[in-house]
Amino acid sequence: MDELLSEFLTETTENLSQLDVEIVHLEQNPNDQALLSNIFRLVHTIKGTCGFLGLPRLESVAHASENVLGKIRDGELVVTPTGISLILESLDCIKGLLATLEATEAEPEGSDGDLIARLNALAEGAEGADPAEAVSFGSEPEPEPEIDDTPPPGSEVIGTRPGEVPLDELDRIFNETSVDDFDTPEAAPTPPAAPAPAPAPAVQSTPAAAASKAVAVASEASDDSAPRESQVANQTIRVNVDQLENLMTMVSELVLTRNQLLQIARREKDSEFTVPLQRLSQVTSELQEGVMKTRMQPIGNAWSKLPRIVRDLAHELGKKIDLVMLGADTELDRQVLELIKDPLTHMVRNSADHGVETPDVRMAVGKSEHGKITLNAYHEGGHILIEISDDGRGLDPAKIKAKAIANGLVSELEAEALTEQQIHHFIFRAGFSTAAAVTSVSGRGVGMDVVRTNIEKIGGTIELQSKLGRGSRFIIKIPLTLAIVSALIVEACGERFAIPQLSVIELVRASADSEHRIEEVQGTPVLRLRNRLLPLVSLERLLNLERTQGDEPASKQTFIVVAQVGTYTFGILVDRVFDTEEIVVKPVAPILRHIAMFSGNTILGDGSVIMILDPNGIAQATGELSVTDPNAADEAADHRSIGMSTVSLLVFRGGSDATPKAVPLSLVARLEEIDLSLVEYSEGRPLIQYRGQLMPLIPMDSRAELKREGRQPVLVFTDDSRSMGLVVDEIVDIVEDRINVEVRPDSPALMGSAVIAGKATDVIDAGYYLTQAFGDWFDHNNEETLSVTRGRRLLVVDDSAFFRNLLTPLLSVAGYEVTAVAGGEQAMALCESGDTFDVIISDIEMPGMDGFQLAEAVRSDSRWADVPIVALSSRTTAEDLERGRQVGFTDYVAKLDRDALLETLAQTVGA
Amino acid sequence: MSKNTLPATTKSRLPAKTEGRQFVSITIGKQTFGIPVLLVHDVLGPQRITRIPLAPKEVAGSLNLRGRIVTAIQVRRRLGLDALPADAATMSVVVEHQGELYSLIVDGVGEVLMLYDHDFENHPPTMSPRIREVSSGIYRLKEALLVVLDVPSLLDLVRAEAA
Repeated sequence: MDELLSEFLTETTENLSQLDVEIVHLEQNPNDQALLSNIFRLVHTIKGTCGFLGLPRLESVAHASENVLGKIRDGELVVTPTGISLILESLDCIKGLLATLEATEAEPEGSDGDLIARLNALAEGAEGADPAEAVSFGSEPEPEPEIDDTPPPGSEVIGTRPGEVPLDELDRIFNETSVDDFDTPEAAPTPPAAPAPAPAPAVQSTPAAAASKAVAVASEASDDSAPRESQVANQTIRVNVDQLENLMTMVSELVLTRNQLLQIARREKDSEFTVPLQRLSQVTSELQEGVMKTRMQPIGNAWSKLPRIVRDLAHELGKKIDLVMLGADTELDRQVLELIKDPLTHMVRNSADHGVETPDVRMAVGKSEHGKITLNAYHEGGHILIEISDDGRGLDPAKIKAKAIANGLVSELEAEALTEQQIHHFIFRAGFSTAAAVTSVSGRGVGMDVVRTNIEKIGGTIELQSKLGRGSRFIIKIPLTLAIVSALIVEACGERFAIPQLSVIELVRASADSEHRIEEVQGTPVLRLRNRLLPLVSLERLLNLERTQGDEPASKQTFIVVAQVGTYTFGILVDRVFDTEEIVVKPVAPILRHIAMFSGNTILGDGSVIMILDPNGIAQATGELSVTDPNAADEAADHRSIGMSTVSLLVFRGGSDATPKAVPLSLVARLEEIDLSLVEYSEGRPLIQYRGQLMPLIPMDSRAELKREGRQPVLVFTDDSRSMGLVVDEIVDIVEDRINVEVRPDSPALMGSAVIAGKATDVIDAGYYLTQAFGDWFDHNNEETLSVTRGRRLLVVDDSAFFRNLLTPLLSVAGYEVTAVAGGEQAMALCESGDTFDVIISDIEMPGMDGFQLAEAVRSDSRWADVPIVALSSRTTAEDLERGRQVGFTDYVAKLDRDALLETLAQTVGA
Repeated sequence: MSKNTLPATTKSRLPAKTEGRQFVSITIGKQTFGIPVLLVHDVLGPQRITRIPLAPKEVAGSLNLRGRIVTAIQVRRRLGLDALPADAATMSVVVEHQGELYSLIVDGVGEVLMLYDHDFENHPPTMSPRIREVSSGIYRLKEALLVVLDVPSLLDLVRAEAA
């Protein structure tokens, strides 16, 4: 039976039994408002649900009784026994309809015009109609005829006025209905040879399979003259989800204990425990399976809305789409089901919108007019695989590539080198939509990245296959349940760790003399694996493990656990690999939650506690911040944003317009409020005595004169002994935000505009105002170094346009000849084309070739091997410094530390 | 773990009438400490402890106590003392804090003492801040002084880091 329908039956039957009780109560306490409201609400719920499920007959009966109840509730009607009887009668009618619904999964044809008319009459104020009228419905075809007391009524009894319908009348209706309302051949007007004394008409009107079921039901019920209670409702009970979760936890513990026992038994051969243990083990497994099943729901539940969505979409877009759903009964954990519902819906929408073409296009390319979207779910090795495929136009790599370049996700150069598969993966990036036009359906740029994130959150993976013109296929692989996971147990430096099996792709044994040999590039281990370089992560280094004496790997042999997070593949170096074990993930103690390397801990079969490594955390800690393909690291929403980090910005107002202004807070030395009456003038330029010195003041709006009195906030920029004050109108806020600067080169005072804290804000170029105050701001304190720096060729490598724009003027003023590029690849391209530089400044976190890789590349290239490279990054942990030095960086400067940068550069080129 | 979210602790319970309170006495070095007996789940001998990489230095690791994972805390480290050599016999007192179990590794565990409020005193102002931070006061015993350990403060490693 349809899950939705069965739920409806369960719920409505419950509501109805409650109603029976409450209405009787109402008769006794006609003025109990709370009771009335509750009754009204219950009937209303039934009506609403019926309407939702498309059960017009039920709905109209419920609606009519709701009307009456509404009037009673509002005091327009008084509660009378006849009124109550009528309502009870309508409830019985609903029950009867439900019973048919349960047996045949369809609402019986016909109408309840009479009952409704009487209910309406009651609502109009007429006293309850003559009960005798109840039988006069003969004029209307009624598939739910009332059945004489003898033989006892079957399940389909409605009206519950046994004895009021003469048998011949019944027969007449019986025949009439069957013939008039159903034209199925099975709907023979003669009663079937079922043992039931009064087989339900519904039995005859349905195909054989349902009929036999209904017959069985009817016969079962027929030995009881009371209206049968819903079978569906009786077969299910509602259990609080928490209770199930609890049960699951307990069983998980049991499984663990069982594992421990088995391990002990394995050590002791021929123990008398062996046989009972095996039995225990089996029972435990069955119990675990059973409990898991209680949490299992068919995936069809998550699909139930899809046909409607696809139909509506097809209609709206003028497409013809068939939705094929296979394996809808594949069961998976309730929790997982909830989590994949939305991603699935989104993907089917996408297929319908982006994938499937309009009929004329399809005809033109020789496809059938009807597009097809196929959903297929099946089990495979402890996982559920869900495929969403369409036979539409497929992904166009050229289009995606162009879009990726336009969005700055890759450079043209990089894009050339990408495989089709890598290009396809761009659709999983934030803000990426291939639909040319934004429709109400999709193309709003929120989408596949969210889908991927959601799926990865539950330990799943998503793959994509697409052929231009032939269609696309997404394959989602998710674990059956989140409670118990299979994990690989590994050892490094004598400590054991568990790695979730789901993220492990393969194991490689590496030793010095085998085909797999770990090589080092400037101290960073890598492995050649099937003609690709696999980045390696050493657990020893990552977790600061200490090797105890005698724990040296016996035979220069290590194992590499090849793990995948998203599309990023990397190898984890371990000393030994043990078994895989089923483990129950337990959260770590609160005081340890900050360690991103671990997703939890667990107790192994031998009773020891073990930490569970989080491949996600490891991937992030090892520099793959965004966890995507190493050749196309994610820069999230905007490539021009500053890395993944946010910047503290000082937002203020000033100048000739009301637009908020902003400046990186780190450039501002102090915020002061000055008394304007203390401002002195020298050659018409405002100065103020500040900390024993004269500090030039620059008004934001150069045309405006400073006021002569009052107080005004000033941003103080300080450099060594000299300070300069930028006079602004108002300091608004300090915000932590990522800034996407839309570059606007026509105003020298501005770096550009950006959306900061939800408002368009001008980011000012502090350097411009500094030079206003002191023409020689940048070189006064390195008069001698200026001679060193002047004309020196400097290459700035930074993916963030904001920083390129911040650094270029700053460094130009300091005397350098600056070239700025957006990534390591471009830098190396300059190297290839024979450009030379005196010094290179490079960001560390960049998409594609990052700073470390660039440094390695520069060092290994003979042309630039001696060019000093200064790393520029917000990431300055000890490990980074160390790694930086290892790969060949000359020096390391924190981002936004202008003074240190200038000084370092001067030292570097002067050296 | 801010102070205001902590459950009722020894600190808040102490200034009551002259009722007696029970403490498990433990020793670290030569000093005797007391832990309110109601917080104590278990007293354990030496255990097999799994080290936790990257954990704060006060965390000795985690252990399995009848199917529950317990985080072991080196009380010596927490008090700013050197840990005992690895082969030294230690004892552990398992306490519950915010639904989690913690095993406090100490040099030795004594007995359960009934102590009365009239023997209780606040810290003398000269006491080292390290001790003050994790305890709520001192009981005068006949032959020694017993420093009451405040378990929530003891487990507030964030503060320990800052100190």
